[in-house]
Amino acid sequence: MDSALHQIVERIRAAGTDATPLCIRGGGTKDFYGEALHGDFLDTTSLTGITSYEPSELVVTARTGTPLAELEAVLAEKGQCLPFEPPHFGPAGTVGGMVAAGLSGPARASVGAVRDYVLGATLVNGRGDVLRFGGQVMKNVAGYDVSRVLAGSLGTLGVIAEVSLKVLPVAPAEATLEFACSQADALRLLNEWGGRPLPLNASCWFEYGGAGALYLRLRGAVAAVEAACTHLGGERKDNARAAADWQALRDQQLPWFDGSDGTDALWRLSVPQTAPVLAIDGNAPLIEWHGAQRWYKAPPDQAARIREIARAAGGHATLFRAPASSAIPRFDALSAPIARIHRALMQEFDPHRIFNRGRLLADA
Amino acid sequence: MNAPLTAVQQDSLQKTERQSQVVRALQAHLPAHSLIWHAEDTTPYECDGLTAYRQRPLVVALPETEAQVAAVLKTCHQLGVPVVARGAGTGLSGGAMPHALGVTLSLAKFNRILKIDPVSRTAVVQCGVRNLAISEAAAPFNLYYAPDPSSQIACTIGGNVAENSGGVHCLKYGLTLHNVLRVRGFTAEGDAIEFGGEALDAPGLDLLALVIGSEGMLAVTTEVTVKLVPKPQLARCIMASFDDVRKAGDAVAAVIAAGIIPAGLEMMDKPMTAAVEDFVRAGYDLEAAAILLCESDGTPEEVEEEIGRMTAVLRGCGATAIAVSNNEDERMKFWSGRKNAFPASGRISPDYMCLDSTIPRKRLADILLAIQEMEKKYNLRCCNVFHAGDGNLHPLVLFDANDPDELHRCELFGADILETSVAMGGTVSGEHGVGVEKLNSMCVQFTASENEQMFGVKRAFDPAGLLNPGKVIPTLQRCAEYGKQVVRGGQLPHPDLPRF
Repeated sequence: MDSALHQIVERIRAAGTDATPLCIRGGGTKDFYGEALHGDFLDTTSLTGITSYEPSELVVTARTGTPLAELEAVLAEKGQCLPFEPPHFGPAGTVGGMVAAGLSGPARASVGAVRDYVLGATLVNGRGDVLRFGGQVMKNVAGYDVSRVLAGSLGTLGVIAEVSLKVLPVAPAEATLEFACSQADALRLLNEWGGRPLPLNASCWFEYGGAGALYLRLRGAVAAVEAACTHLGGERKDNARAAADWQALRDQQLPWFDGSDGTDALWRLSVPQTAPVLAIDGNAPLIEWHGAQRWYKAPPDQAARIREIARAAGGHATLFRAPASSAIPRFDALSAPIARIHRALMQEFDPHRIFNRGRLLADA
Repeated sequence: MNAPLTAVQQDSLQKTERQSQVVRALQAHLPAHSLIWHAEDTTPYECDGLTAYRQRPLVVALPETEAQVAAVLKTCHQLGVPVVARGAGTGLSGGAMPHALGVTLSLAKFNRILKIDPVSRTAVVQCGVRNLAISEAAAPFNLYYAPDPSSQIACTIGGNVAENSGGVHCLKYGLTLHNVLRVRGFTAEGDAIEFGGEALDAPGLDLLALVIGSEGMLAVTTEVTVKLVPKPQLARCIMASFDDVRKAGDAVAAVIAAGIIPAGLEMMDKPMTAAVEDFVRAGYDLEAAAILLCESDGTPEEVEEEIGRMTAVLRGCGATAIAVSNNEDERMKFWSGRKNAFPASGRISPDYMCLDSTIPRKRLADILLAIQEMEKKYNLRCCNVFHAGDGNLHPLVLFDANDPDELHRCELFGADILETSVAMGGTVSGEHGVGVEKLNSMCVQFTASENEQMFGVKRAFDPAGLLNPGKVIPTLQRCAEYGKQVVRGGQLPHPDLPRF
């Protein structure tokens, strides 16, 4: 075992002995996400490095503290990428943090989420056991798929020490089209296009200066992208400028995400793509994922109404960014049997209750 | 005569008493035709697709409604009776093999397609709906359900969820995991539960990812929402011959390295090709050491572009012959041999054992050569078909089950392939599941602490341990008896645990 991992294991064993709560943390770029941080920081940034990468295997294995930007640069050199476009939210983001947060970027609805690309992981559980689940191969049904559950677990099951991810070649061609349209028209168009064999990859609708605009990104074979551009119409954007805009969207750096007056919070509604325009007061949303992810700016105290609307539409609402003082739960309540399984799983992986307590479930 | 009962008679008596007790309890919730327990009726349930392992269940329950499923589970939970859920029984690893003192919960009657929604491109189906029936129902909307295990004509979506089934097209379109949005079902205690949802994610841990592929050990599935995808306008297939397995293996890696994700990328070795050609007469190259089938699908423009790039890569890797399908008939002919690999093997040997390990693609030639050496070592023949694009192997070891020594050598041969696959950085099962068949091999792939953590997952979902017990995860004792338990870093995990 290398010394950085050994130190983490020792720290966990010591914390288990005296029940010291630990807050697992990489670059700290997503401290805002989930319930409040709790416990002494367990820094994962000492555990770095890409341990194996062979482009022809479409698999990369990296240790938890490897900067996300470094991983992406190494993949780009070989013409490959993480297709789910994980948000960075700052230059310090790490691979382990990306998996633990489980957040995916603009392409998610077309290509899948982080969890769809996790092939295996090394986990240190609350007993200090170093455990490997999954592997470095595409198909693997030996045992429960524990490694994928780590995506979005917010550190509540243990320290992700290393992760193997499926990667894909960068698409040969890309184009971004802009359409002037209302929210309702955008949702209708996106669902229509989704049913056809078009190389859709990402979409974004928002209002700018009172007028709605839909941006559609296509990725695929050169011939397919060109044919789709001709077929769909719209205004074709300059690729380099569009790329910068999609990246800004991914990291919530678009102007739409500014302008909160200090009382508004950012809500993330995850709903079926086909959900109609939602009856939420205030500003129009920013819509991604072909309708499946809708961002709203609204005060935290509208939680009950917003959550009710999301649930009625078949989804759920997350209080994504809010003043730290806000006591509103960040995530929707779980059904009773699901909550029971959550608590039991956390107990099994972390019997001394030391990891990121309360980060995912406020009361666990 | 008051001679004391033998142990066997006592066991049998206890079993009969237990059976009467369970039948009486279930009769309160199920109509007469939904409950069977006489040996002649339960015998058809004694195995799944892995016919070497057989066990008659105590009782078979065939509920027709979710309320009945809940009642069966609640009743069994109260009585402490194991429950083994069963779909079409096509599984290849004994995942649906009954428990001697358990209830087999057949979900065959849950066979309705509840909704096909062309706008959201989803289908809501009951667990007993056949995989292919979903695509057939979606066809009028030019949509289909992508995962296509070779048993798709018979296997059910509930079974696919249990096994995380793959198929020929999963390199490009993903596994069951990537194509299921929501699973509705029941806990071991009989409580209704939903994993995932109609949105792309759900709050909390991604329990859906755990339930898919859990081989019926975490919950009972009754309803599934799947994604449907637009049917590609066109598909064309390349059939390429190689005079050397290493060149063929390298060609697989080269196609991927060129940035191409084929819709299917399959490999057959020479003995397999000979067996299938004799069966389907598709005109396969019998001189080739290995044949690759490489498919492209999409719009006509995409397919033309991709077929051109694939052909160039395959030629560059030394393909001795290349044919490209020009129409659907030709394409189906290219695939006919691959799809009939199993029945073709059945014609040339009394029995065969199909393995399912996965290795990194770059080791394809290495494992083929290693298997050739094993044929000499165990004095048995082996034909090989691979989902080469995913590195998923299906070696078919030919043997005669009536010859005990051949059966024994075959088992050793199989274990050798699995262990060699793990040593090459792979896994013992790519898509068929562990079930009862590969329990020993799990001792080779996972440490005692890893297996114990998986038991922890099982306890979290099913504290009483009643859902499909004894499958998938080997006990410490079993690994000790098998004589193998992986040790990493020279350090035994759990130094506090007793060792055998």
